[in-house]
Amino acid sequence: MLRGGVIMDVVTPAEAKIAEDAGAVAVMALERVPADIRRDGGVARMSDPVMIEGIQEAVTIPVMAKARIGHFAEAQILESLGVDYVDESEVLTPADESHHIDKWSFTVPFVCGATNLGEALRRISEGACMIRSKGEAGTGNIVEAVRHLRSILGDIGKITQADQAELFDWAKQLQAPLGLVQEIAETGALPVPMFCAGGIATPADASLVMQLGAEAVFVGSGIFKSEDPAPRAKAIVEAVTHYQDPAMVAKVSRGLGDAMPGLEIGELETKLAERGW
Amino acid sequence: MPKTVGVLALQGASREHTAALEKLGANVLQVRMPEHLRGLEALVIPGGESTTISMLLESSGTFEPLADLISEGLPVLGTCAGMILLAKDVIDGRPDQKSFAQIDITVRRNGFGRQIASFESDLKISGFTTPFRGVFIRAPLVQSCDPSVETLATIELDGGGQSTVLCRQRNVTVSSFHPELTDDLRIHQMFLENLD
Repeated sequence: MLRGGVIMDVVTPAEAKIAEDAGAVAVMALERVPADIRRDGGVARMSDPVMIEGIQEAVTIPVMAKARIGHFAEAQILESLGVDYVDESEVLTPADESHHIDKWSFTVPFVCGATNLGEALRRISEGACMIRSKGEAGTGNIVEAVRHLRSILGDIGKITQADQAELFDWAKQLQAPLGLVQEIAETGALPVPMFCAGGIATPADASLVMQLGAEAVFVGSGIFKSEDPAPRAKAIVEAVTHYQDPAMVAKVSRGLGDAMPGLEIGELETKLAERGW
Repeated sequence: MPKTVGVLALQGASREHTAALEKLGANVLQVRMPEHLRGLEALVIPGGESTTISMLLESSGTFEPLADLISEGLPVLGTCAGMILLAKDVIDGRPDQKSFAQIDITVRRNGFGRQIASFESDLKISGFTTPFRGVFIRAPLVQSCDPSVETLATIELDGGGQSTVLCRQRNVTVSSFHPELTDDLRIHQMFLENLD
Protein backbone atom coordinates (compact mmCIF):
# COMPACT_ATOMS: atom_id res chain seq x y z
CA MET A 1 0.00 0.00 0.00
CA LEU A 2 3.07 2.19 -0.33
CA ARG A 3 2.87 2.43 -4.12
CA GLY A 4 2.97 5.92 -5.55
CA GLY A 5 4.23 7.23 -2.24
CA VAL A 6 7.34 8.62 -0.56
CA ILE A 7 9.13 6.98 2.36
CA MET A 8 11.28 9.48 4.25
CA ASP A 9 14.33 8.97 6.45
CA VAL A 10 13.86 10.60 9.86
CA VAL A 11 16.10 10.69 12.93
CA THR A 12 13.76 12.27 15.51
CA PRO A 13 10.03 12.22 16.33
CA ALA A 14 9.90 15.88 15.28
CA GLU A 15 11.22 15.02 11.83
CA ALA A 16 8.77 12.12 11.63
CA LYS A 17 5.91 14.59 12.24
CA ILE A 18 7.21 16.86 9.48
CA ALA A 19 7.34 13.85 7.14
CA GLU A 20 3.80 12.78 8.01
CA ASP A 21 2.53 16.36 7.66
CA ALA A 22 4.10 16.48 4.19
CA GLY A 23 2.21 13.36 3.09
CA ALA A 24 4.84 10.62 3.48
CA VAL A 25 3.36 7.10 3.25
CA ALA A 26 5.91 5.79 5.77
CA VAL A 27 9.00 6.91 7.64
CA MET A 28 12.34 5.18 8.03
CA ALA A 29 13.59 5.57 11.59
CA LEU A 30 17.37 5.74 11.83
CA GLU A 31 20.04 7.31 13.97
CA ARG A 32 21.86 9.22 11.25
CA VAL A 33 20.86 9.92 7.67
CA PRO A 34 23.20 8.40 5.06
CA ALA A 35 24.97 11.74 4.41
CA ASP A 36 26.02 11.86 8.07
CA ILE A 37 26.99 8.17 8.16
CA ARG A 38 29.19 8.86 5.15
CA ARG A 39 30.74 11.93 6.82
CA ASP A 40 31.27 10.42 10.27
CA GLY A 41 32.52 6.99 9.22
CA GLY A 42 32.76 4.20 11.80
CA VAL A 43 30.34 1.31 12.18
CA ALA A 44 26.70 2.20 11.52
CA ARG A 45 24.23 -0.03 13.41
CA MET A 46 20.52 -0.49 14.12
CA SER A 47 18.97 2.46 15.97
CA ASP A 48 18.31 2.63 19.71
CA PRO A 49 14.85 1.13 20.45
CA VAL A 50 13.98 4.29 22.43
CA MET A 51 14.37 6.35 19.30
CA ILE A 52 12.29 3.94 17.21
CA GLU A 53 9.52 3.83 19.82
CA GLY A 54 9.51 7.63 20.02
CA ILE A 55 8.93 7.80 16.29
CA GLN A 56 6.22 5.08 16.43
CA GLU A 57 4.40 7.19 19.01
CA ALA A 58 4.79 10.40 17.02
CA VAL A 59 3.12 9.27 13.78
CA THR A 60 0.15 7.23 12.54
CA ILE A 61 1.80 6.08 9.28
CA PRO A 62 3.97 2.92 9.03
CA VAL A 63 7.44 3.02 10.58
CA MET A 64 10.34 1.16 8.97
CA ALA A 65 13.77 0.62 10.52
CA LYS A 66 17.11 -0.63 9.24
CA ALA A 67 19.05 -3.73 10.22
CA ARG A 68 22.59 -4.47 9.08
CA ILE A 69 23.00 -6.92 6.18
CA GLY A 70 23.01 -10.42 7.68
CA HIS A 71 22.32 -9.19 11.23
CA PHE A 72 19.26 -11.29 11.97
CA ALA A 73 19.43 -10.47 15.69
CA GLU A 74 18.90 -6.77 14.91
CA ALA A 75 15.97 -7.77 12.69
CA GLN A 76 14.50 -9.87 15.51
CA ILE A 77 14.70 -6.87 17.83
CA LEU A 78 13.02 -4.62 15.26
CA GLU A 79 10.26 -7.19 14.76
CA SER A 80 9.69 -7.37 18.51
CA LEU A 81 9.36 -3.57 18.59
CA GLY A 82 6.50 -3.88 16.10
CA VAL A 83 8.10 -1.93 13.26
CA ASP A 84 6.02 -2.22 10.10
CA TYR A 85 8.91 -3.12 7.76
CA VAL A 86 12.59 -3.98 8.21
CA ASP A 87 15.09 -2.61 5.70
CA GLU A 88 18.12 -4.91 5.47
CA SER A 89 20.30 -2.05 4.40
CA GLU A 90 23.70 -1.45 2.85
CA VAL A 91 23.63 2.02 4.43
CA LEU A 92 24.54 0.34 7.73
CA THR A 93 27.82 -1.57 8.08
CA PRO A 94 27.30 -5.20 6.99
CA ALA A 95 27.42 -7.84 9.74
CA ASP A 96 27.92 -10.86 7.50
CA GLU A 97 30.16 -10.96 4.44
CA SER A 98 28.35 -13.74 2.61
CA HIS A 99 24.85 -14.24 4.00
CA HIS A 100 21.84 -12.02 3.97
CA ILE A 101 19.08 -12.55 6.55
CA ASP A 102 16.73 -15.52 6.02
CA LYS A 103 13.69 -13.33 5.74
CA TRP A 104 11.25 -16.23 5.46
CA SER A 105 11.77 -16.89 9.16
CA PHE A 106 10.17 -13.54 10.06
CA THR A 107 6.58 -12.28 10.12
CA VAL A 108 7.57 -8.66 9.56
CA PRO A 109 7.99 -7.82 5.85
CA PHE A 110 11.44 -6.90 4.55
CA VAL A 111 12.63 -4.43 1.96
CA CYS A 112 16.09 -4.96 0.45
CA GLY A 113 18.32 -3.00 -1.91
CA ALA A 114 19.56 -4.21 -5.28
CA THR A 115 21.85 -2.83 -7.97
CA ASN A 116 20.89 -5.36 -10.62
CA LEU A 117 18.28 -8.00 -11.38
CA GLY A 118 20.33 -10.92 -10.04
CA GLU A 119 20.71 -9.23 -6.68
CA ALA A 120 17.00 -8.38 -6.62
CA LEU A 121 16.01 -12.00 -7.33
CA ARG A 122 18.40 -13.38 -4.70
CA ARG A 123 16.82 -11.06 -2.13
CA ILE A 124 13.33 -12.13 -3.22
CA SER A 125 14.32 -15.80 -2.95
CA GLU A 126 15.45 -15.06 0.62
CA GLY A 127 12.00 -13.65 1.37
CA ALA A 128 12.19 -9.91 0.64
CA CYS A 129 8.74 -8.59 -0.20
CA MET A 130 9.87 -5.27 -1.63
CA ILE A 131 12.95 -4.31 -3.63
CA ARG A 132 14.46 -0.86 -3.85
CA SER A 133 17.14 0.03 -6.32
CA LYS A 134 20.10 1.05 -4.13
CA GLY A 135 21.43 4.15 -5.81
CA GLU A 136 24.24 5.72 -3.84
CA ALA A 137 22.80 6.86 -0.51
CA GLY A 138 23.84 10.15 1.05
CA THR A 139 25.18 11.71 -2.14
CA GLY A 140 22.21 13.68 -3.46
CA ASN A 141 23.36 12.32 -6.83
CA ILE A 142 20.71 10.46 -8.83
CA VAL A 143 23.06 8.87 -11.35
CA GLU A 144 23.51 5.55 -9.53
CA ALA A 145 19.79 5.13 -8.88
CA VAL A 146 19.18 5.63 -12.59
CA ARG A 147 21.89 3.10 -13.46
CA HIS A 148 20.40 0.49 -11.12
CA LEU A 149 16.81 1.04 -12.25
CA ARG A 150 17.76 0.87 -15.91
CA SER A 151 19.80 -2.27 -15.30
CA ILE A 152 17.00 -4.08 -13.45
CA LEU A 153 14.17 -3.01 -15.73
CA GLY A 154 16.30 -3.40 -18.87
CA ASP A 155 17.09 -7.01 -18.02
CA ILE A 156 13.42 -7.69 -17.23
CA GLY A 157 12.56 -6.41 -20.70
CA LYS A 158 15.17 -8.67 -22.31
CA ILE A 159 13.96 -11.71 -20.37
CA THR A 160 10.44 -11.23 -21.68
CA GLN A 161 11.90 -11.57 -25.20
CA ALA A 162 13.99 -14.68 -24.41
CA ASP A 163 12.92 -18.18 -25.45
CA GLN A 164 12.62 -21.05 -22.97
CA ALA A 165 16.18 -22.33 -23.58
CA GLU A 166 17.66 -18.86 -23.01
CA LEU A 167 15.97 -18.59 -19.61
CA PHE A 168 18.29 -21.27 -18.22
CA ASP A 169 21.25 -19.14 -19.24
CA TRP A 170 19.65 -16.01 -17.78
CA ALA A 171 19.24 -17.79 -14.44
CA LYS A 172 22.90 -18.85 -14.57
CA GLN A 173 24.17 -15.38 -15.53
CA LEU A 174 22.05 -13.66 -12.88
CA GLN A 175 22.85 -16.31 -10.23
CA ALA A 176 19.15 -16.33 -9.53
CA PRO A 177 16.53 -19.09 -9.14
CA LEU A 178 15.21 -20.35 -12.48
CA GLY A 179 11.63 -20.29 -11.22
CA LEU A 180 11.77 -16.54 -10.62
CA VAL A 181 13.36 -15.93 -14.03
CA GLN A 182 10.57 -17.94 -15.69
CA GLU A 183 7.98 -15.99 -13.74
CA ILE A 184 9.46 -12.70 -14.97
CA ALA A 185 9.45 -14.00 -18.56
CA GLU A 186 5.72 -14.52 -18.19
CA THR A 187 4.68 -11.40 -16.27
CA GLY A 188 7.29 -8.86 -17.40
CA ALA A 189 7.69 -7.58 -13.86
CA LEU A 190 9.31 -8.41 -10.53
CA PRO A 191 7.02 -10.53 -8.35
CA VAL A 192 7.23 -7.81 -5.65
CA PRO A 193 6.96 -4.00 -5.80
CA MET A 194 10.04 -2.20 -7.08
CA PHE A 195 10.90 1.08 -5.37
CA CYS A 196 13.80 3.48 -5.85
CA ALA A 197 16.29 4.86 -3.31
CA GLY A 198 19.63 6.57 -3.10
CA GLY A 199 20.31 10.09 -4.30
CA ILE A 200 16.83 11.58 -4.73
CA ALA A 201 17.06 15.27 -3.83
CA THR A 202 14.48 17.13 -5.93
CA PRO A 203 10.92 16.75 -7.26
CA ALA A 204 12.47 16.35 -10.73
CA ASP A 205 14.59 13.42 -9.47
CA ALA A 206 11.43 11.79 -8.15
CA SER A 207 9.62 12.29 -11.46
CA LEU A 208 12.62 10.86 -13.34
CA VAL A 209 12.76 7.60 -11.42
CA MET A 210 8.97 7.17 -11.47
CA GLN A 211 8.99 7.61 -15.26
CA LEU A 212 11.78 5.05 -15.50
CA GLY A 213 9.49 2.56 -13.74
CA ALA A 214 9.92 2.90 -9.97
CA GLU A 215 6.65 2.37 -8.06
CA ALA A 216 7.52 4.55 -5.04
CA VAL A 217 10.57 6.39 -3.75
CA PHE A 218 12.69 6.46 -0.61
CA VAL A 219 14.22 9.84 0.21
CA GLY A 220 17.04 9.72 2.73
CA SER A 221 19.27 12.71 3.22
CA GLY A 222 17.53 14.62 0.43
CA ILE A 223 14.88 16.14 2.67
CA PHE A 224 16.41 16.86 6.06
CA LYS A 225 19.80 17.86 4.60
CA SER A 226 18.15 20.50 2.42
CA GLU A 227 17.70 24.16 3.34
CA ASP A 228 13.97 23.98 4.04
CA PRO A 229 12.82 20.37 4.63
CA ALA A 230 9.01 20.71 5.04
CA PRO A 231 8.14 22.29 1.68
CA ARG A 232 10.67 20.09 -0.13
CA ALA A 233 9.17 16.98 1.45
CA LYS A 234 5.68 17.99 0.30
CA ALA A 235 6.92 18.88 -3.16
CA ILE A 236 8.53 15.45 -3.60
CA VAL A 237 5.26 13.77 -2.50
CA GLU A 238 3.38 15.82 -5.12
CA ALA A 239 5.98 15.03 -7.78
CA VAL A 240 5.64 11.27 -7.19
CA THR A 241 1.85 11.51 -7.67
CA HIS A 242 1.94 13.84 -10.67
CA TYR A 243 5.18 12.52 -12.19
CA GLN A 244 3.63 12.33 -15.67
CA ASP A 245 2.54 15.98 -15.57
CA PRO A 246 5.57 18.28 -16.12
CA ALA A 247 3.53 21.41 -15.41
CA MET A 248 2.62 20.06 -11.96
CA VAL A 249 6.22 19.04 -11.23
CA ALA A 250 7.31 22.53 -12.32
CA LYS A 251 4.72 24.10 -10.05
CA VAL A 252 5.84 22.19 -6.96
CA SER A 253 9.55 22.74 -7.77
CA ARG A 254 9.30 26.53 -7.38
CA GLY A 255 11.16 28.32 -4.56
CA LEU A 256 12.21 25.31 -2.50
CA GLY A 257 15.58 26.80 -1.48
CA ASP A 258 18.82 24.87 -1.75
CA ALA A 259 18.77 21.11 -2.23
CA MET A 260 21.23 19.06 -0.21
CA PRO A 261 24.82 19.50 -1.33
CA GLY A 262 25.66 16.75 -3.80
CA LEU A 263 28.69 14.50 -4.14
CA GLU A 264 30.42 13.29 -7.29
CA ILE A 265 30.32 9.47 -7.37
CA GLY A 266 33.88 9.18 -8.75
CA GLU A 267 35.27 10.98 -5.68
CA LEU A 268 33.65 8.76 -3.04
CA GLU A 269 35.88 6.76 -0.71
CA THR A 270 33.12 4.23 0.12
CA LYS A 271 30.43 3.07 -2.25
CA LEU A 272 27.57 1.83 -0.10
CA ALA A 273 25.89 0.17 -3.10
CA GLU A 274 28.76 -2.32 -3.32
CA ARG A 275 27.74 -3.79 0.03
CA GLY A 276 25.50 -6.86 -0.31
CA TRP A 277 25.94 -9.94 -2.49
CA MET B 1 -21.97 -0.36 -23.32
CA PRO B 2 -18.78 -0.54 -21.22
CA LYS B 3 -18.95 1.64 -18.14
CA THR B 4 -16.47 4.47 -17.67
CA VAL B 5 -15.01 4.06 -14.20
CA GLY B 6 -12.42 6.31 -12.56
CA VAL B 7 -9.78 5.00 -10.20
CA LEU B 8 -8.37 7.60 -7.82
CA ALA B 9 -4.65 7.34 -8.57
CA LEU B 10 -3.09 9.82 -6.15
CA GLN B 11 -1.36 7.09 -4.15
CA GLY B 12 -1.87 3.41 -3.40
CA ALA B 13 -3.21 0.32 -5.13
CA SER B 14 -4.73 2.00 -8.20
CA ARG B 15 -2.99 -0.37 -10.61
CA GLU B 16 -4.60 -3.50 -9.15
CA HIS B 17 -8.09 -1.93 -9.20
CA THR B 18 -7.53 -0.80 -12.79
CA ALA B 19 -6.56 -4.33 -13.83
CA ALA B 20 -9.59 -5.87 -12.09
CA LEU B 21 -12.04 -3.41 -13.67
CA GLU B 22 -10.50 -3.78 -17.12
CA LYS B 23 -10.81 -7.58 -16.89
CA LEU B 24 -14.52 -7.01 -16.36
CA GLY B 25 -14.72 -4.87 -19.49
CA ALA B 26 -14.88 -1.41 -17.93
CA ASN B 27 -13.27 1.63 -19.52
CA VAL B 28 -10.94 2.80 -16.72
CA LEU B 29 -9.56 6.32 -16.27
CA GLN B 30 -6.93 7.38 -13.73
CA VAL B 31 -8.05 10.33 -11.59
CA ARG B 32 -5.39 12.71 -10.28
CA MET B 33 -6.83 16.15 -11.07
CA PRO B 34 -10.32 17.72 -11.08
CA GLU B 35 -10.50 17.60 -14.90
CA HIS B 36 -10.16 13.79 -14.76
CA LEU B 37 -13.59 13.56 -13.10
CA ARG B 38 -15.47 14.46 -16.29
CA GLY B 39 -17.69 11.76 -17.73
CA LEU B 40 -17.24 9.20 -14.95
CA GLU B 41 -20.08 6.79 -14.25
CA ALA B 42 -18.44 5.44 -11.09
CA LEU B 43 -15.28 5.81 -9.03
CA VAL B 44 -13.01 3.53 -7.00
CA ILE B 45 -10.97 4.91 -4.09
CA PRO B 46 -8.16 2.41 -3.50
CA GLY B 47 -6.16 1.38 -0.49
CA GLY B 48 -3.06 3.37 0.34
CA GLU B 49 -2.23 5.80 3.13
CA SER B 50 -5.38 7.77 3.90
CA THR B 51 -3.43 10.74 5.30
CA THR B 52 -1.40 11.01 2.10
CA ILE B 53 -4.42 10.62 -0.19
CA SER B 54 -6.35 13.20 1.85
CA MET B 55 -3.53 15.74 1.49
CA LEU B 56 -3.19 15.10 -2.24
CA LEU B 57 -6.97 15.40 -2.78
CA GLU B 58 -6.78 18.80 -1.18
CA SER B 59 -3.64 20.08 -2.91
CA SER B 60 -4.80 18.99 -6.37
CA GLY B 61 -8.15 20.72 -5.90
CA THR B 62 -9.98 17.41 -6.41
CA PHE B 63 -11.57 17.14 -2.98
CA GLU B 64 -14.43 19.65 -3.44
CA PRO B 65 -15.60 18.63 -6.94
CA LEU B 66 -15.40 14.96 -6.01
CA ALA B 67 -17.30 15.53 -2.77
CA ASP B 68 -20.04 17.21 -4.82
CA LEU B 69 -20.21 14.31 -7.28
CA ILE B 70 -20.47 11.71 -4.52
CA SER B 71 -23.18 13.60 -2.69
CA GLU B 72 -25.05 13.95 -6.00
CA GLY B 73 -25.06 10.15 -6.29
CA LEU B 74 -21.87 9.06 -8.17
CA PRO B 75 -21.43 5.35 -7.29
CA VAL B 76 -18.22 4.87 -5.30
CA LEU B 77 -16.34 1.81 -4.09
CA GLY B 78 -13.81 2.51 -1.33
CA THR B 79 -11.37 -0.14 -0.13
CA CYS B 80 -9.24 0.11 3.05
CA ALA B 81 -8.00 3.73 2.93
CA GLY B 82 -10.97 4.38 0.63
CA MET B 83 -13.27 3.23 3.44
CA ILE B 84 -11.64 5.74 5.79
CA LEU B 85 -11.99 8.54 3.24
CA LEU B 86 -15.73 7.84 2.83
CA ALA B 87 -16.64 7.21 6.49
CA LYS B 88 -18.68 9.74 8.43
CA ASP B 89 -16.48 9.49 11.53
CA VAL B 90 -12.81 8.54 11.75
CA ILE B 91 -11.03 7.66 15.00
CA ASP B 92 -7.22 7.75 15.27
CA GLY B 93 -6.82 9.77 12.10
CA ARG B 94 -4.88 12.98 11.84
CA PRO B 95 -6.81 16.07 12.96
CA ASP B 96 -6.44 17.65 9.52
CA GLN B 97 -7.42 14.46 7.68
CA LYS B 98 -10.49 15.07 5.53
CA SER B 99 -13.25 12.62 4.77
CA PHE B 100 -16.11 12.76 2.28
CA ALA B 101 -18.41 11.60 5.12
CA GLN B 102 -20.75 9.79 2.71
CA ILE B 103 -21.44 6.56 4.60
CA ASP B 104 -22.85 6.48 8.10
CA ILE B 105 -20.14 4.44 9.83
CA THR B 106 -17.45 5.09 12.44
CA VAL B 107 -14.06 3.57 11.63
CA ARG B 108 -10.89 3.28 13.65
CA ARG B 109 -7.82 3.79 11.47
CA ASN B 110 -5.35 0.85 11.76
CA GLY B 111 -7.97 -0.68 14.08
CA PHE B 112 -6.66 -4.22 13.48
CA GLY B 113 -3.11 -3.19 14.37
CA ARG B 114 0.19 -2.57 12.63
CA GLN B 115 1.56 -4.13 9.43
CA ILE B 116 2.68 -7.20 11.36
CA ALA B 117 -0.94 -7.84 12.40
CA SER B 118 -2.07 -8.08 8.76
CA PHE B 119 -4.08 -11.22 7.98
CA GLU B 120 -6.29 -13.05 5.50
CA SER B 121 -9.70 -14.51 6.22
CA ASP B 122 -12.45 -16.32 4.29
CA LEU B 123 -15.51 -14.06 4.32
CA LYS B 124 -19.12 -15.02 3.88
CA ILE B 125 -20.55 -12.28 1.72
CA SER B 126 -24.25 -11.80 1.31
CA GLY B 127 -25.24 -12.86 -2.23
CA PHE B 128 -22.06 -14.91 -2.86
CA THR B 129 -22.39 -18.70 -2.87
CA THR B 130 -18.76 -19.38 -1.89
CA PRO B 131 -16.42 -17.56 0.52
CA PHE B 132 -14.32 -14.58 -0.56
CA ARG B 133 -10.70 -14.40 0.56
CA GLY B 134 -10.31 -11.08 2.38
CA VAL B 135 -6.82 -9.56 2.62
CA PHE B 136 -6.54 -7.16 5.57
CA ILE B 137 -3.46 -4.89 5.72
CA ARG B 138 -3.33 -2.31 8.55
CA ALA B 139 -7.06 -2.36 7.99
CA PRO B 140 -9.62 0.09 9.39
CA LEU B 141 -12.00 -1.36 11.98
CA VAL B 142 -15.68 -0.47 11.67
CA GLN B 143 -16.78 0.42 15.19
CA SER B 144 -20.37 1.28 14.51
CA CYS B 145 -22.83 1.38 11.64
CA ASP B 146 -26.03 3.36 11.37
CA PRO B 147 -29.05 1.01 10.91
CA SER B 148 -29.55 2.47 7.43
CA VAL B 149 -26.22 0.97 6.34
CA GLU B 150 -26.54 -2.47 4.72
CA THR B 151 -23.90 -4.85 6.08
CA LEU B 152 -22.75 -7.37 3.45
CA ALA B 153 -20.02 -9.17 5.43
CA THR B 154 -18.68 -9.29 8.95
CA ILE B 155 -15.70 -10.79 10.72
CA GLU B 156 -15.39 -12.34 14.17
CA LEU B 157 -13.09 -10.27 16.39
CA ASP B 158 -10.44 -11.89 18.58
CA GLY B 159 -11.83 -10.29 21.70
CA GLY B 160 -15.38 -11.48 20.87
CA GLY B 161 -18.09 -9.77 18.88
CA GLN B 162 -18.26 -8.96 15.20
CA SER B 163 -17.30 -6.11 12.98
CA THR B 164 -18.55 -5.11 9.55
CA VAL B 165 -15.95 -5.49 6.78
CA LEU B 166 -18.14 -4.80 3.72
CA CYS B 167 -21.16 -2.52 3.65
CA ARG B 168 -23.25 -0.24 1.48
CA GLN B 169 -25.39 2.85 1.85
CA ARG B 170 -27.06 4.51 -1.15
CA ASN B 171 -24.32 5.00 -3.79
CA VAL B 172 -21.39 4.20 -1.48
CA THR B 173 -19.88 0.72 -0.97
CA VAL B 174 -16.85 0.24 1.29
CA SER B 175 -14.63 -2.65 2.40
CA SER B 176 -11.93 -2.77 5.04
CA PHE B 177 -10.09 -5.47 3.07
CA HIS B 178 -8.44 -5.41 -0.36
CA PRO B 179 -10.54 -7.18 -3.06
CA GLU B 180 -8.04 -5.92 -5.67
CA LEU B 181 -5.23 -8.04 -4.23
CA THR B 182 -6.84 -11.38 -5.07
CA ASP B 183 -7.81 -12.82 -8.47
CA ASP B 184 -11.44 -13.02 -7.34
CA LEU B 185 -13.34 -10.32 -9.25
CA ARG B 186 -16.75 -10.78 -7.61
CA ILE B 187 -16.75 -7.59 -5.56
CA HIS B 188 -15.78 -5.45 -8.55
CA GLN B 189 -18.39 -7.32 -10.58
CA MET B 190 -21.08 -6.65 -7.98
CA PHE B 191 -20.10 -2.97 -8.00
CA LEU B 192 -20.31 -2.75 -11.81
CA GLU B 193 -23.59 -4.69 -11.98
CA ASN B 194 -25.18 -2.28 -9.52
CA LEU B 195 -24.46 0.58 -11.91
CA ASP B 196 -27.18 -0.65 -14.27
